[in-house]
Amino acid sequence: VTTAYIGQPISRLDGPAKVTGKAKYAFEYDVPNVAYAYVVSSSIARGRIKRIDATAALQIPGVLQVLTHENTARVAPAGEIVDDARSPGAPFIPLQGDEVLFNHQPIALVVAESFELARYAASLVRIDYDAADHATDLKAASGRAYVPKPRGFLPPTPKPRGDAAKALAAAAVHIDVEYTSPAEHPNPMEPFATTVVWEGDGKLTLYDKTQGVQNVQGYLCSVFGYSKDDVRVLSPFVGGAFGAGLRPQYQAFLAVLAARALKRSVKLSLTRQQMFSLHYRPFAWQRVALSAAQDGKLDAIVHEAITNTSRFEDYSEQIVPWSGLLYQCENVRLDNRVTKLDLNTPGDVRAPGASWGVYALECAMDELAVALRMDPVDLRLKNYADRDQIDRRAFSSKSLRECYRLGTERIGWGRRTSNPRSMRDGNTLVGMGMATGAWDAFQVPASARCVLNTDGTATVSSATEDIGTGTYTVMTQIAADALGLPIDRVTFKLGDSELPEAPLEGGSFTVSSVGSAVRAACEKARARMVANEQRGGKATVIDEQASTMPSPRRKEASCCCHSAVFAEVRVDEDLGTIQVARVVTAVAPGRVINPRTARSQVMGGIVWGIGMALEEESVIDQTFGRIMNHSFGEYHVPVNADVHDIDVIFVEEQDEIVNPLGAKGLGEIGVVGVAAAIANAVFHATGKRVRDLPITLDKVM
Amino acid sequence: VSSAVHAVTSEPGAMFIAGGTNLIDLMKENVARPPHLVDITRLPLNRIEDLPDGGLRLGALVTNADTAYHSAVEQRYPILSRAILAGASAQLRNMATNGGNLLQRTRCYYFYDTSTPCNKRDPGVGCSAINGFNRIHAIFGTSDQCIAVHPSDMCVALVALDAVVRVTGKDGDRAIPFADFHRLPGDTPQVDTNLRPGEIITSIDLPRNGFADHYAYLKVRDRTSYAFALVSVAAALEMDGDTITETRLALGGVAHKPWRNVDAEAMLNGIKATKDHFDAVGEAIVRSAKGFGHNTFKIDLARRAVVRALQHAAKVARTGRNA
Repeated sequence: VTTAYIGQPISRLDGPAKVTGKAKYAFEYDVPNVAYAYVVSSSIARGRIKRIDATAALQIPGVLQVLTHENTARVAPAGEIVDDARSPGAPFIPLQGDEVLFNHQPIALVVAESFELARYAASLVRIDYDAADHATDLKAASGRAYVPKPRGFLPPTPKPRGDAAKALAAAAVHIDVEYTSPAEHPNPMEPFATTVVWEGDGKLTLYDKTQGVQNVQGYLCSVFGYSKDDVRVLSPFVGGAFGAGLRPQYQAFLAVLAARALKRSVKLSLTRQQMFSLHYRPFAWQRVALSAAQDGKLDAIVHEAITNTSRFEDYSEQIVPWSGLLYQCENVRLDNRVTKLDLNTPGDVRAPGASWGVYALECAMDELAVALRMDPVDLRLKNYADRDQIDRRAFSSKSLRECYRLGTERIGWGRRTSNPRSMRDGNTLVGMGMATGAWDAFQVPASARCVLNTDGTATVSSATEDIGTGTYTVMTQIAADALGLPIDRVTFKLGDSELPEAPLEGGSFTVSSVGSAVRAACEKARARMVANEQRGGKATVIDEQASTMPSPRRKEASCCCHSAVFAEVRVDEDLGTIQVARVVTAVAPGRVINPRTARSQVMGGIVWGIGMALEEESVIDQTFGRIMNHSFGEYHVPVNADVHDIDVIFVEEQDEIVNPLGAKGLGEIGVVGVAAAIANAVFHATGKRVRDLPITLDKVM
Repeated sequence: VSSAVHAVTSEPGAMFIAGGTNLIDLMKENVARPPHLVDITRLPLNRIEDLPDGGLRLGALVTNADTAYHSAVEQRYPILSRAILAGASAQLRNMATNGGNLLQRTRCYYFYDTSTPCNKRDPGVGCSAINGFNRIHAIFGTSDQCIAVHPSDMCVALVALDAVVRVTGKDGDRAIPFADFHRLPGDTPQVDTNLRPGEIITSIDLPRNGFADHYAYLKVRDRTSYAFALVSVAAALEMDGDTITETRLALGGVAHKPWRNVDAEAMLNGIKATKDHFDAVGEAIVRSAKGFGHNTFKIDLARRAVVRALQHAAKVARTGRNA
């Protein structure tokens, strides 16, 4: 196999279609005789619907139907629902009863001849509730936190090692601190939307915004009793998802419900406000206690976390294991609990678990470095782990030491004077901070198909997604190399449930998993072609499919991606405004398939980190149990003017264990550690340790 | 213009629509439900012209962007240009009109969410913000009925400049001094302005003095662009050497209307532009401020921002850079 394209900075192959508007998103398909649906959302957090009066809405000409729990059939029981990303419990399905489980819950659906009419009619639906007391405050509910039922595909929290309590008590230097962070709604630019095409023979075609067309297909089959032949789900373009599209979202269910009720095609888009009813990164409380000898050698690590889940599912994420994995330490105790709130179930949002867990650990490491009067980089190097500290296996590769070295060099860490408030530029306080980042390098089963045509072109396909990550481009590169074809002879297809089976697009495992299958399918096709030529056979269409499992060699090692993040901030001493003047991230990602899309991925993650550190927060009014800043005007994500110098360094690794491609995946690593590096830089600039995110100006002023 | 006034007064509840950058949002949220809209975008109110007294007339339908980049505004009223460009986003400024900027409804999470009680939407049902999440809310001129804030940047500069709002209604024309245009909430928080039913803004007239030599518009917010002010300050000075001869000082993001304090302005007249004097003004201004919990930090922030803005204004010269 040649590598003519792998490693090259190929421009996005789907770029021209996107910038010219040719790329269609779920709501944009022209479908004849389509009806429009609009969701009516609850205005209480908990209770029962006493009465829904849709009379006024139904009197308007052009309003076709108002669906509620009163006129909707019950679907399959919870135990039968298929959803690859579900949590233990009973998944929420709209219109199945009179119970209100969270604010902004979809409780009715108005279907009309136009979107505007449906929206107007929705405003006329009157709902009376029997409201019950709700709990939406993590802190107030933390007393009833419990160990959640494990999610099938995630390992349980690692058992304690050594005696952390004893080591803490005996420590020369220790810190014991708490961090809190708010819920964050991922808010991709494209709202969640579904177009259901009523095919007339009882079959459905869906254009859906999702990170898994086959997951949505399987879900709808399980919910409505369809067979896979009845439901085709397409999602060739997705305008961002960040985890919110891992689970089938309720607009897909509702759109199908409406199509079945009317025997007609239906379009449904959520509004920006309704996007705040979807999955989100949970509220988190964390305690980290660290102790060390005078020379910085860690004696004890205690990391406890409480996040929220819903009343109906046990959602949990891998927040604390990073503290057991990253540094050498004999005495470690990790504890992860959840508590039930009257909110929708949280979900996996870009780097779930690591985002909050590494933030707290790496801020605590900074606090320990201050207590030890030690350089923060030296503290990390002192405790550097060459093996996974949980299972003691060696890493398949780990170039974090090199990341620290290159990162410190690039940002000019040598300029940093150690005392807080010691770097000043007029009335601007300058600070530099750093953090370590880590993420799993997963590989999961996947399959792909390669069709070699007689004209020397190839069509390669898999039911994966491109959520803006570059899947179209990198899969085409991998296929072209495996086939030994020029890249413009290769077409890659994705986002169609009829294509070969692929996992959800998430977890940073698409390149490693789908990429391995694509390569395997292409190699099979090429081998057949070569054999055919050697036999002197006539040119013929070759159609091969391959399924790949996680590489067996992965059992030998622990597979992780690492990074070192450095940030420089400028804080207005009087007004408290914070500018992130510079972020340097050095990432060790195995092999880089496409440096251009890889860099974009990491830059995007860094921008997320800036938002996480300084801006993002879904604010709940506890009286109403309702998120109040549910708009782009009031829920702040970084704008261009907030983003200054970003420098991405790749420390490539030769890793033959992680998967045949040697690529670890880059979707999540870019965000991990960034908020900690910024928070540590803010401390260095101001001398103020803000332990509750986001660090808004009032907290540092 | 008179036909537009006639059209809007002949249908109960009818409203004018120009750029639509706020009204459409309010309609989407079911906060505004006008049964009829009167499109005024083709009225001849789209010019910026010199006035005989040396002032400048800003047509009500000139866009915010065209106003901010108009050479007479940039040169003679740079504080206005700065304030406009500190607001919203380029796209919104291209659509939003000058008249519409004055008529933006106040900023408040609860006002925009019909599932929560709000006296401004539904008088008498109570204010959810006073004991709720009120980080963005007012610290001056509040009432027990409402603590929402006026969101405009442009209006902060206009009140500092002593602009005059010219309106036409069914009873003829009148001129409203800018400081009297917006209202405090009092017992009628549902009424944002002193515009009478059916009246239309035709222009905003700027007096001759644009304070082009010494001015600052400082906007403090949660992100660098496309965010409303937590506190903003328009500061304009006339100076004779180091001595201040006239002061204008207005704050945004802190009250139900652009907040001007003439008593504080008077403190500076005839004295030197020093940090001590500015500190005294900052302290005087926030003496009447009242916080509601989440927004209490705004009191100290407003004080600091006033000092910073005055320092900038004292320093800036006609061609100088500015905060």
